Amino acid sequence: MAGVGTRILTVEDDERIRTAVKLALEDEGWTVDEAGSGEEAIELFHRGSPDVVLIDIMLPGIDGFELCRHLRKTSDVPIVMVTARADTHDVVAGLEAGADDYLTKPFAPKELSARIRALLRRIRPMSPGHSKLVFGDLEIIPDEGKVTRGGTELHLTKTEFRLLVELAHSPGRVFSRESLLDKVWGYDYFGDGRLVDVHIRRLRTKVESDAANPRHVVTVRGLGYRLQS
Amino acid sequence: MTEAIDAPEPVRLWTRASRTLAQLRPQRVGLRTRILLIFTMGFLVLSIFLAAITFSFAKSTLVNQRDRSNVEQAYRDAGVALNDLRSSPASAQPVIDTLSRLGIGFPLLNYHDDWTAGSARFGPEAVPALLKDRVLIDGVPARMIVTLDGEAVMIIGIPIPEVGAAYFEFSSLSEINSTLRSVALSLMFAGFITTLFGVVLGTVASRRVVKPLGDAAQAAKAIAGGRLDTRLETTDDHDLKLLADSFNDMASALQQRVERDARFASDVSHELRSPLMTLAASVEVMQARRDEMPERAQAALDLLVGDVIRFQGLVEDLLEISRFDAGAIRLHLEDLPVAEFVRQAIGVSSLPQTPLTVTERAERLVMHVDRRRLARVVANLIDNARLHGGGEPEAIVSEAENEGEPIGHVWIAVEDHGSGVPLDERHLIFERFARGAVAGRRSSSDGAGLGLALVDEHVRLHGGNVWVEDRLDGEPGARFVIELPAEEVRP
Repeated sequence: MAGVGTRILTVEDDERIRTAVKLALEDEGWTVDEAGSGEEAIELFHRGSPDVVLIDIMLPGIDGFELCRHLRKTSDVPIVMVTARADTHDVVAGLEAGADDYLTKPFAPKELSARIRALLRRIRPMSPGHSKLVFGDLEIIPDEGKVTRGGTELHLTKTEFRLLVELAHSPGRVFSRESLLDKVWGYDYFGDGRLVDVHIRRLRTKVESDAANPRHVVTVRGLGYRLQS
Repeated sequence: MTEAIDAPEPVRLWTRASRTLAQLRPQRVGLRTRILLIFTMGFLVLSIFLAAITFSFAKSTLVNQRDRSNVEQAYRDAGVALNDLRSSPASAQPVIDTLSRLGIGFPLLNYHDDWTAGSARFGPEAVPALLKDRVLIDGVPARMIVTLDGEAVMIIGIPIPEVGAAYFEFSSLSEINSTLRSVALSLMFAGFITTLFGVVLGTVASRRVVKPLGDAAQAAKAIAGGRLDTRLETTDDHDLKLLADSFNDMASALQQRVERDARFASDVSHELRSPLMTLAASVEVMQARRDEMPERAQAALDLLVGDVIRFQGLVEDLLEISRFDAGAIRLHLEDLPVAEFVRQAIGVSSLPQTPLTVTERAERLVMHVDRRRLARVVANLIDNARLHGGGEPEAIVSEAENEGEPIGHVWIAVEDHGSGVPLDERHLIFERFARGAVAGRRSSSDGAGLGLALVDEHVRLHGGNVWVEDRLDGEPGARFVIELPAEEVRP
């Protein structure tokens, strides 16, 4: 069973769904906390410090986006959004608010477990002697999960960090969206490319001095992304 | 009585004729032509009317002038004749000579019932009897216009009772005629110009009248084509405003209804998602404990699981098709190698082991598509083959063009081993919830649902086509083909 003791906070206002999802996730071996509203979720989050948060976008009171932004202010916890449909602006808005991945209702709890496992995966260990990766003013120490720009430490979420390290492993190489979806999120050929695009955007606002004219995380038109000094 | 019996015949004929006319007119002659004809005819009639009035006025004026001067001349000449006859009453010849000397062309004198003429052509025979009677017997002056040898001639007769004579004078009207002829010619030319002006005016007017109709027709076509927000421009013209306003009202009402219908389908599927979520999660919990259940409960659980999945598919399809109806589909297009894409799409379908054949040239084809949507198209075709085609389908990717021709399209085909689709159902099968007689026969419980309708919508949105035909190898079974634009990539 995956990660015994791993705590998941599910935020969902429909009690029946909440109960059913809790039952199914507990079957998968996770420990589940429930919150029926954004306010309740914030309280539980600070008390229990969960490992993953599952947020339904449609919430009474504080909505999913706002809750997500609130949690992101203080935490790099992996967040999975639950949206009503995949083709609306909701997905991009949720990812921009700080979510790491999303699912559309109705999803199979097994699928959710697979997503959570992918988000909790450890980054691949570095080969000895390469414990520090340097790209101009950027310094990445994968084993410590640290990134600095010009000596100042940057705060990346776990997914942003894994994305950056993935790019940094082969400096100068162009990574396609598909390969990044596979390596960082564990998606197959039909993963949503917007996950990569929005995370790259978020990453740039942190590692670039001017996110509009990126120097490090560069787009290669029609092919994908590349990390350079 | 005969009339009464015969009466219905012409009446019937007339009704038939007018009906035929009514049928013919709007079809054969368009509004523009009719307006043009009305203008042309109107201007033609007007110019003919004006020309006729002008001509008759000109003619009477000319003739009157000529008449007056001729009559004055004739009186003067009659005076000369009276004087001459008084001074030499023996013969009339000197009178004629005097008048000839004065330049009078064709005098004629009746003196004591003897005729003396200044010219052989205009002798007493030329004077009509009526005029002779008036002048000679009634003794009153008179005049008459006659035609002599094709020439209009005015004859004025003046009795000279003092000497028992009567004087007649001929004068030709041919120069009046030639003047009138040139007047008529100018009038005809003016009439022609006016009619031409009518044609031009009619053309312009008909264009102006028909233009709003054309705009309305185009707008209607756009609405029928799915651009529901199309509206006519509002104008200040009262008559056109009525058309534009009612057209726009109709379009708004239509748009509201279509949007409401689409929203309803979308709302329904949304509402269904929450209970489905609970069902999906609960079923999973039960499935994890399937082994602990009694046999009958297991059978019931299997049914439940199967139908929860089917229900989910239906809700997804319904939602997707309502997006089509609302025009809310946004494609995320990218260039994808066809063969690799189809391989991956089969891998996530309900029959991932489906064999795939790709022709040599098709291996190099790239298409510009929305990968997730097109994967559903392939999955739906495989589902269809699984449910209705006797299982175990085969997929074939090939170029649409013959050998040697440049490739512009790719065929992605799924062939099954079912009973095939009869000719008359081949277009119906792509309709929503189409359960043809065959679809019903082929499967006991799974309807065609929306799967093939979605295939059709998706493929058309990608600028392609979908159809069903017989298997190419002649064995029984159906072959569903989607044709999409594709390009060959040189290695």
